[in-house]
Amino acid sequence: MPGRGRGLGWIGRHDDYDTAVTDTALIEPDVLERVLSAALVGGGDMAEVFAEDRQTSSAMLDNQKVEELSSGRQRGAGVRVVIGDTTGYAHTADLSEAGLLAAAEAASAVARQGGGTRIVALGPRHAAASTAAILPSEVTKSAKLELLSRADDAARSAGAAITQVSVGYGDSRRRMLVATSEGVLAEDDQVRTRFNVSCVATGDAGMQTGYETLARTEGFEVFGAATVEEIARAAAGRALTKLLARPAPSGEVPVVLAGGSGGILFHEACGHGLEADHIVKDASVYAGQVGELVASPLVTLVDDGTVAGEWGNYAIDDEGRPAARNVLIENGVLTDYMWDYLRARKEGRLSSGNGRRQSYQHLPMVRMTNTFLLAGDEDPDEVIAQTPRGVYVAKLGGGQVNTATGDFVFGTSEAYLIEDGRITEPLRDANLIGNGPEVLRRIDVVATDFAMMPGTCGKDGQSVPVGCGQATLRITGVTIGGTAA
Amino acid sequence: MNDLLRLAEEVVGRAERGEDVEAYVARGHDLEVRAYNGEVESLASASSSGIGIRVLLTDGGSGGRLGFAWAGSLDGDVVAATLAEARDNATFATPDPDVVFARPDGVAAAPLDLWDPGVAETPTERKVAMALELEHLVRTHPMVRQVDSADYGDERVEVALASTTGIRATSRRTGSFISVSAIVGEGAETQTGTGFSVARSPGGLDIDAAGADAILRSTRLLGATKAASARTTVVFDPRVVSSLLGVISSALSGEAVVKGRSFFAGRLGEEVAASTVTLIDDPTDPRAFAATAFDGEGLACRRNVLIEDGTLRGFLYDTVSARRAGTVSTGSAVRGGFAGTPGAGCRALTLRAGSLGQSEILAQVGDGVYVQSVTGMHSGVNPVSGDFSVGIEGLMIRDGVLAEPVREVTVASTLQKMLQSVLHIGGDVEWLPGIAAGQTLAIGEMQLSGS
Repeated sequence: MPGRGRGLGWIGRHDDYDTAVTDTALIEPDVLERVLSAALVGGGDMAEVFAEDRQTSSAMLDNQKVEELSSGRQRGAGVRVVIGDTTGYAHTADLSEAGLLAAAEAASAVARQGGGTRIVALGPRHAAASTAAILPSEVTKSAKLELLSRADDAARSAGAAITQVSVGYGDSRRRMLVATSEGVLAEDDQVRTRFNVSCVATGDAGMQTGYETLARTEGFEVFGAATVEEIARAAAGRALTKLLARPAPSGEVPVVLAGGSGGILFHEACGHGLEADHIVKDASVYAGQVGELVASPLVTLVDDGTVAGEWGNYAIDDEGRPAARNVLIENGVLTDYMWDYLRARKEGRLSSGNGRRQSYQHLPMVRMTNTFLLAGDEDPDEVIAQTPRGVYVAKLGGGQVNTATGDFVFGTSEAYLIEDGRITEPLRDANLIGNGPEVLRRIDVVATDFAMMPGTCGKDGQSVPVGCGQATLRITGVTIGGTAA
Repeated sequence: MNDLLRLAEEVVGRAERGEDVEAYVARGHDLEVRAYNGEVESLASASSSGIGIRVLLTDGGSGGRLGFAWAGSLDGDVVAATLAEARDNATFATPDPDVVFARPDGVAAAPLDLWDPGVAETPTERKVAMALELEHLVRTHPMVRQVDSADYGDERVEVALASTTGIRATSRRTGSFISVSAIVGEGAETQTGTGFSVARSPGGLDIDAAGADAILRSTRLLGATKAASARTTVVFDPRVVSSLLGVISSALSGEAVVKGRSFFAGRLGEEVAASTVTLIDDPTDPRAFAATAFDGEGLACRRNVLIEDGTLRGFLYDTVSARRAGTVSTGSAVRGGFAGTPGAGCRALTLRAGSLGQSEILAQVGDGVYVQSVTGMHSGVNPVSGDFSVGIEGLMIRDGVLAEPVREVTVASTLQKMLQSVLHIGGDVEWLPGIAAGQTLAIGEMQLSGS
């Protein structure tokens, strides 16, 4: 049963898809209708306007000084025209009707067979309000800065060996609107807040780093549940621990991943490979595998954009579809892929709410939201006790995958040796390497201690916020790339 | 470009008593075409512009207080609001005597011509045709199963920078690229390879070379298996060396050094690498992908020697990190467009070329592993501690030539040890996209981890 740990809410925000109303519209419906008609004047199967107004603020404390308080504003719209398998796209920072019409004309350059006049009529407006309890824009800059100094103090008090601390705060509010020639008119108001602490510890054997981050699709209330001191101590503790670390082993070893240490394993091992854009191009090891056993029967993998507060949460995706809970792998059997508008249309089905883009300057594509492995029923301590020798990964860093071959890496940022069923010495950072389908089959135990972790997912040059999660689990063998023979 | 400088000067002219103001204004045009299966999959074109404003309050006595704001628009009311927001942000910063804006330092800007009118003059139809031609070339190769994507892209970027401290700088550049990713293999086996070509304009792009590279890189991995763990010599492909130098560069940033986040800190004058290693950052070399006459604070870029014959000679500084280190800027401020603030970093790193070509290096090495590509360069390489561990694809080297392919293995060491263990530096310098050139590089005593 997921939902244990970190107080995850499991209420789907799309339940109120039809109700809430935001502030004034970014673009009036009659303007949208005229722009969509203009976009289809040369022909085309579908036209779309995606408009966005994003405000960000960030602050950085480094070397005990507030170095940078920064504010940003980005507003604009992209017009997409789809004709057959071809997409035209143009964007503009000018949200006036003239600016939008110019973008529509540029986007429609791909359609040349002549379509004549099409009247576009938008359906009822579906607008989701922000779920933030405290909008960061309503919090004083001093209150944000106070968090930075508190974290800096806490990190420095963790040990004399902490020689450098940097603390970052950031918030963003993204109001967006999607309108299509198919009548969709949907809006969302997404508020996100993040806080991160990065420490350097210096010892006889050199320097080590520790990092911890809190990132939620919430407003300033995020600092009610988790204190910045806890985040700072976690980062500092990680750097201090690694001062005593020995080189990681090399070769194939059993690996135990701590609960919440990084569902990034699944994000890389199979998440990307289950994105339908890779599937329709036969560029994924999971193409043609629906209904097949692709993982250990202990693996039930879900991608769920509706998990309130998680970093990859939203009400409406960037193509106007409500976020959804999609089961990708159930008891080891591949059940479905993740879909955006274009790939779903090709298969004659609906998008799964996974069409996302970094900003109005980008085309949408299939992206993950919050991707996690459902918890099992083992006691996490028992998993370690029953592992005579191996590596215990308390925290993962990033990762990377080649979806076509399934080979992927993921880096450790806090790891230990397991000897005689006990966690012993800390290890220096290393990458682990494996093949997605092989690693998924080698999961032989999953525990109950489910937890999520935020991350930034990069694909094709676009970054979006995502969540990952899993409980403590064991992989019977995976190759670790340390320097110890 | 003159209109951008006028706007920057106009913003700077609104500085109030007791403050310095700097405005960075940028405008870009870009086009991207993706071909798939003989059709245009997508065609995206766009223009964008924006401004980043820094305000430094200098009336406090105990040091300057810096604030920043940016906006993706050059509309008058937006620019005014951005200036006001930067000014407000500054009131919250910690006063710091080292925080100042750059002042002209007398170094003349290199006369670089990085603007090729070919980008604007080439019709979109021709650019689309290039993507389709590249896709067709690779897809119709008998061993290719699928072309994942074949892209053409280009950009034109213009930047103007002005400040109350006397900075006036403008620069502009164009760039274009093609890239293709091939998928090969039969049955359960799949291998991939990417080829690309970059130039200042479409006329300089080599479709045949990009296609052939994707095919070579994918097909030579067919039959790859996991190799046995070993301590061995590793020969890195020029593309990998370019990204490896990029990682090492973060430890050569003066900012990382003064803040104690570099394994090079405190080692000036020491032997940090094999005696054959000379590492230079020279953004005034027009062949460099990120070449530019002016740095992110408007100072002239210049050639900086970082490591000379194995000895650490210097770091790269922007104005603030230089003051903290008690030195002067090396013209190395970099900034991530109008939404970013300047920091110290490199733009055009290159190792002094050796005399051997790749095949000669392989012959000298005899036995080892050739690394064609790496994964996890960011999750497994730590420029603070120096720990280095990456996943690789490549080929074994046996009897001085490339032999059977390998996959799902890692190579590991530390950056410190790798620099000391450089065995051969290739003469095959290639200017690649990114912040460093590439060339073949052989490094001894690395741990290969596999079965």
